[in-house]
Amino acid sequence: MHTTMQTILRINGREARLDHDPRITLLDALRERLGLTGTKKGCDQGQCGACTVLIDGRRVLSCFCLVAAVEGEVTTIEGLSGEDGPLHPMQQVFLDRDAYQCGYCTPGQIMSAIACVTEGHAGSPDEIREYMSGNLCRCAAYPKIVEAVQQAAPLLIGRAP
Amino acid sequence: MRPFAYARAGDTPTALSLSGREAAYFAGGTTLLDLMKLDVMAPERLVDINPLKAEHGSIAADGSGLVLGGLARMSEAAEHPAIARDYPAIRDALVQAASAQLRNMASLAGNLLQRTRCLYFRDRSWHACNKRNPGSGCAAIQGVNRRLAVLGVSEHCIAHYPGDLAVALVALDASVDLVVPDGSTRTLPLEVLHRPWGDTPHVETNLAPGELITAIRVPAAPWFRRSLYRKVRDRESYDFALASAAIALDLAPDGTVREARVGLGGLAARPWRAREAEDALRGQRLDEGSAAAAALAAFAGAVTHGENAFKPELGRRTLVRALLDAAAMET
Ligand SMILES: Cc1cc2nc3c(=O)[nH]c(=O)nc-3n(C[C@H](O)[C@H](O)[C@H](O)COP(=O)(O)OP(=O)(O)OC[C@H]3O[C@@H](n4cnc5c(N)ncnc54)[C@H](O)[C@@H]3O)c2cc1C
Ligand code: SF4
Ligand code: FES
Ligand code: FES
Repeated sequence: MHTTMQTILRINGREARLDHDPRITLLDALRERLGLTGTKKGCDQGQCGACTVLIDGRRVLSCFCLVAAVEGEVTTIEGLSGEDGPLHPMQQVFLDRDAYQCGYCTPGQIMSAIACVTEGHAGSPDEIREYMSGNLCRCAAYPKIVEAVQQAAPLLIGRAP
Repeated sequence: MRPFAYARAGDTPTALSLSGREAAYFAGGTTLLDLMKLDVMAPERLVDINPLKAEHGSIAADGSGLVLGGLARMSEAAEHPAIARDYPAIRDALVQAASAQLRNMASLAGNLLQRTRCLYFRDRSWHACNKRNPGSGCAAIQGVNRRLAVLGVSEHCIAHYPGDLAVALVALDASVDLVVPDGSTRTLPLEVLHRPWGDTPHVETNLAPGELITAIRVPAAPWFRRSLYRKVRDRESYDFALASAAIALDLAPDGTVREARVGLGGLAARPWRAREAEDALRGQRLDEGSAAAAALAAFAGAVTHGENAFKPELGRRTLVRALLDAAAMET
């Protein structure tokens, strides 16, 4: 029954060809097969948001995506800025604002925050809190995360992820 | 996860031909993969129906009502201007459900068919669960049941229906369009899509194997603009309902209730239509007294099991608040 299949993923502007078991999730493929360990596994159950990535600019949970079913361009935290290029404004503001403690939830927070802004849901602290609620932070850096999203929002206008 | 075969259905006939008792349609995957990882669901074949979004993924509203494609995403319906204007209860239910990420992934049909969050159902290390393991008993009745249902339960299962959208839809008299594997179609009132638990809690819906939900229909009524969904939960966002109420009110100019619709969530085995409450409100002026009487009627048949004994009172208060808020809406 361990039929293998082949899928071509488009990730951060590159193509990756994977031979894989139908069961593999995008999260496990990123971390275990493609060396993209920036995307974190918190719960593997759709509850924490640590695994958030963008597909065609929309935020999704990679622990609930089957590689076999992925369609579109995947952007992970590694894809936000070049190897030595400047950080993405959302990354820079998270850094400047100290919007984390341990940092485990941070890649998911940043991916989610970018989408929160581009969706138009970063209009007020209350709106940010509501639309970022899918990203849990065990260190409870929430006040600074909300500030960071608010501060970064105007910097994202007219920018692709 | 158990091994499965993956097949992608390019169109509806292909999806139907790949379907069957051992197969499962794969839409957003947010219920399915969750329960497959827990080994609670173990389909042998996943039929990926996402390509069907082109056929069954649009949202249209006109004078005869609202048609929501079964494969439309929760986020798409939540952002739809006609829904926000004419069916605010549906929008309220969607924006308060799950998280932004999950709403981007989850389909509307999949949302209706989400499974209970009963902890014993989700954890296979417990043997006794009539829903997962027919005839094995129910660990929840004497166990951890704070979130479980008080309406529509049986001595075999007290699982709650956890979703929000279906509660708003059942209040607004929605129905679902189905395609049967032989290619024919039928329509089912949403109120009878989910079955009472009775002595067969493992049979949750009246869908035959392979039946595909292609659309959800909501009739048009101008007074549905006076509708809302109130949700009470342990945390302020991103949590399932402990209690929720969907209300639609047709009020005469003097405030008398011509027609009322009441759905209850988080409290019942199925998306719950509280007709007793509706009957109690008809012809009354809506005030705290009549709202409280309707709430009493709604929970007259409630059955509690220890931890969830707080739920009828929470449900009554949620319903009273929702009724008064709906009466106060500017439409
Ligand atoms: C952490 C978390 C929190 C959540 N919070 C909430 C909440 O607050 N409120 C809420 O309402 N929901 C909540 N959910 C549930 C979520 O909304 C559902 O999992 C989702 O809507 C299911 O849709 P899907 O497309 O992903 O379904 P899938 O997982 O793809 O499918 C679910 C079931 O429906 C079947 N199916 C799918 N599409 C069709 C079709 N067209 N015809 C026939 N059968 C079909 C599948 O075979 C499967 O059995 C939460 C989920 C998680 C993981
Ligand atoms: S309440 Fe239902 S789902 Fe939960 S343990 Fe009992 S039988 Fe299983
Ligand atoms: S790892 Fe995906 S939501 Fe937690
Ligand atoms: S910074 Fe530690 S979990 Fe968020």
